[in-house]
Amino acid sequence: MRYNIGIDIGSTCAKTIVLDENKNILHRLLQPTGWSSVETAEAIREKLTQLGVDWDRAAVVATGYGRISVPYADKCVTEITCHGRGACHIFGSEDLTVIDIGGQDTKLICVDDSVVKDFIMNDKCSAGTGRFLEIMANTLAVKPEELCSLAAHGGGVSISSMCTVFAESEVISLIGRGEKKENIAFGVVDSIVKKVSTQAGRLNLKDSKVCLTGGLCEFDYLRQRLEKTLGISVEACPDARYAGAIGAALSAAAIRK
Amino acid sequence: MPEIKLPEDFVTYPEARKKAFMALKALKEQGRRVVGIFCTYAPQELIDAADATSVSLCAIGEENIPAAEKVLPKNLCPLIKASYGGAVTDHCPFFYFSDMVLAESTCDGKKKMYEYLDKLKHTHVMQLPPGRDGRGAQEYWRQEVVAAKEDIENFYGITITEEKLREAIKLRNRERKAILDYYEVGRLKPSPISGYELNTVITSNEYAFDIEKKIAFLEKRTAELVEKYHSEYEGKPSRPRILISGCPTHGVIDKVIKRIEELGADVVGFENCCGPREKKDPVDETKDPITALAEKYLRVNCSVMSPNPGRYEALSEQIDDYQVDGVIEVVLMACHTYAIESEAMKQFVTKEKGIPFLSITTDYSTTDQGQIDTRLGAFIELLG
Ligand code: SF4
Ligand code: SF4
Repeated sequence: MRYNIGIDIGSTCAKTIVLDENKNILHRLLQPTGWSSVETAEAIREKLTQLGVDWDRAAVVATGYGRISVPYADKCVTEITCHGRGACHIFGSEDLTVIDIGGQDTKLICVDDSVVKDFIMNDKCSAGTGRFLEIMANTLAVKPEELCSLAAHGGGVSISSMCTVFAESEVISLIGRGEKKENIAFGVVDSIVKKVSTQAGRLNLKDSKVCLTGGLCEFDYLRQRLEKTLGISVEACPDARYAGAIGAALSAAAIRK
Repeated sequence: MPEIKLPEDFVTYPEARKKAFMALKALKEQGRRVVGIFCTYAPQELIDAADATSVSLCAIGEENIPAAEKVLPKNLCPLIKASYGGAVTDHCPFFYFSDMVLAESTCDGKKKMYEYLDKLKHTHVMQLPPGRDGRGAQEYWRQEVVAAKEDIENFYGITITEEKLREAIKLRNRERKAILDYYEVGRLKPSPISGYELNTVITSNEYAFDIEKKIAFLEKRTAELVEKYHSEYEGKPSRPRILISGCPTHGVIDKVIKRIEELGADVVGFENCCGPREKKDPVDETKDPITALAEKYLRVNCSVMSPNPGRYEALSEQIDDYQVDGVIEVVLMACHTYAIESEAMKQFVTKEKGIPFLSITTDYSTTDQGQIDTRLGAFIELLG
C-alpha cells in the first residue's frame, strides 16, 4: 500500500492527513505547532511511524507557513493551492470558493475546474482571523467556541476598530460599562464577518459554491452569519479544518516514486 | 531550489552602484557637471546638452528609511523615503556629488518631498500637468521644458544650444534602441536570460556614464544572448512566463524578481519604469528639439497621469509580444496611484487578455518575505 501524506504546518496548529491510494483517509493528526516547526515536523514523523506508516512507500507534501521546515517532505506546495485542492475533494465539487479563516491569516480562494484561478490573502494584520477571535475570547474569559455560541444570543454591539490591539481595548471598555457578554461576543463575530465580507467583495463569488475551511469552520454561528452577510449559502464540515493537509496529501498522490 | 544562471562577469545592483560611485568621483574631480534625476519624466537630453552627467537618485535600501522618517511620515512610499533618507544623511553618493536636482511634480509624495530636498540642494521641479489630454497641457509642459532648460543654464552660467540638444537627442535615441533590443531578448521563448539579470543590468546601467560605451556593451550582450538562444534554448520547454507591472522594482529585485525565478517561473518583461516603458518611444529628431522633448516626455505612461490609457496599450502589447502567461503587479506600500489603478489592471488583464493577474503590495523591508513567497508561489502553481 502507498501512503500519501499531507502535512499542513499552520501558525497555531499542525494538521496531518494520510491517504491511501484510493484517497481514503487513513489517519488524521492535529497538534499545536508550538514554537519550532522543525520539532513539530519531527514529532509528526514519529507519530506516523508508530501508526505503521511504511516510509519506503510514502510520499510527503508539506504546506502551510512552516512548509519549509519539514526536511523529509518530497515537495512543498503553498497552502493556497492545497486548500483549493483539499476543499474540492471534501465538498465534492470542481468549482467553488474557499474561505479559509486560519490562525494568522484569512484566505479567499476561487477554484474553477479544480484549478485555483484567483486568491486574496489577508496576512498583514490579524483582524478577521482566528487570532483575533482568540484574543477577544481571552479578554472575555471564554473559549473561542463559547464566544461563538454566546454571540448567537446577543446583538446591538459593534466593534469599530479594525486593529486587534485597539479592538481589545474597545472590548475592555465595553466590559467596564457592564455590556452583556452575549452582546460583546456578537460584536466580535460581527467584526470578523464584516472583514471577511469586504475581502470577498473583491472576488467574484456569485455563482460558485462557498466553503468554509480552517480552524473556525466548526463554529456554526460564524458560518450562518457569513451566509447572511454574503447572501449565499456557505458550507462547512468537520474535515474542512484539514483541507490544507488533504490537499497536500492529494498532491503527494501525484508524485511518482 | 533552482539557481539562477548568471554570466561570469555579472555585477549585482549594489556592486554596480559602488563602482559607479568611484567613476562619478573621478568625473567630479575632472570638473564634470552632475545633475541628479529621479524619474522617467526627466528630459535627460537637457542635461546632456549642458555637458553634464545625469545620475539617478532613485534610492533603494531599508537603511535609508529611519533617517527619512524623522521628517517624512511613516506611511509613505519606500522609494520616496529611501531617496530622501539617502540624501539627507549623505549616504547617497550620487546626491552628494550632484550639483543640482532636476525633478518633476509626479505623485504627491514625491513633489512634497522635493520641497524638503530643495533645502539640501537646489532642486528644480518641473510642473507636470495632471493629465496629458487636458486643454493646453502640451503647451504648458513645453513651457516647463523651457523653464528647466533656463534654470540649468542660469545655474551653470552657460547656454544650451539647439545643436547640442539635437546631438543629445540622437545619442539618447540610439541608447533607447540598444536598451530596447536588450529587453526584447525576453521575447524569445524559452528566455535565454533571467529577469533578475535583465532588471539588474538595466538599472545598473543608469550608472554607466559613458553612453557610447553603454550602447556598445548592450549591443554585444544582446547579440550574445540571441546566439545563446539559438544554440542552447530554442525548441526547449519553457517555464511559466511572467510580466512585471506597476511601481519601479529596482528596490525589490531580490525580494520579488529573484524569488519569482527561484520559485519556478521566468520573468520575461517589465511594464514599469525599470522596463522598456519609454524606450519604445524615441524623441522626434525632425522637430524643434524643445517641442520634440516636451511631446516625448509627456507620453510616459505612469499612473500619476489621469487618465492613463497608455498603460493598457503597453500591457496589452507586452503580453502578446513576450508570450506572457501571467502578470505580477508590484505596488509599493502607500503608492496611491498604482494601488488605485490596480483593480482596473486586474480587470483588463484577466478579462480582456484572459491571463491570471496577481498584485502584491510591499516595501523595502524583509519582514514580509514569507507572505510574499506564499503569494508568488501560489500564483506560479496556478500557472501550472
Ligand atoms: S513610476 Fe511614475 S513617478 Fe515613478 S519613476 Fe516611473 S514615471 Fe516616475
Ligand atoms: S512608486 Fe508611487 S508613490 Fe512611490 S514615487 Fe512612484 S508614483 Fe510615487
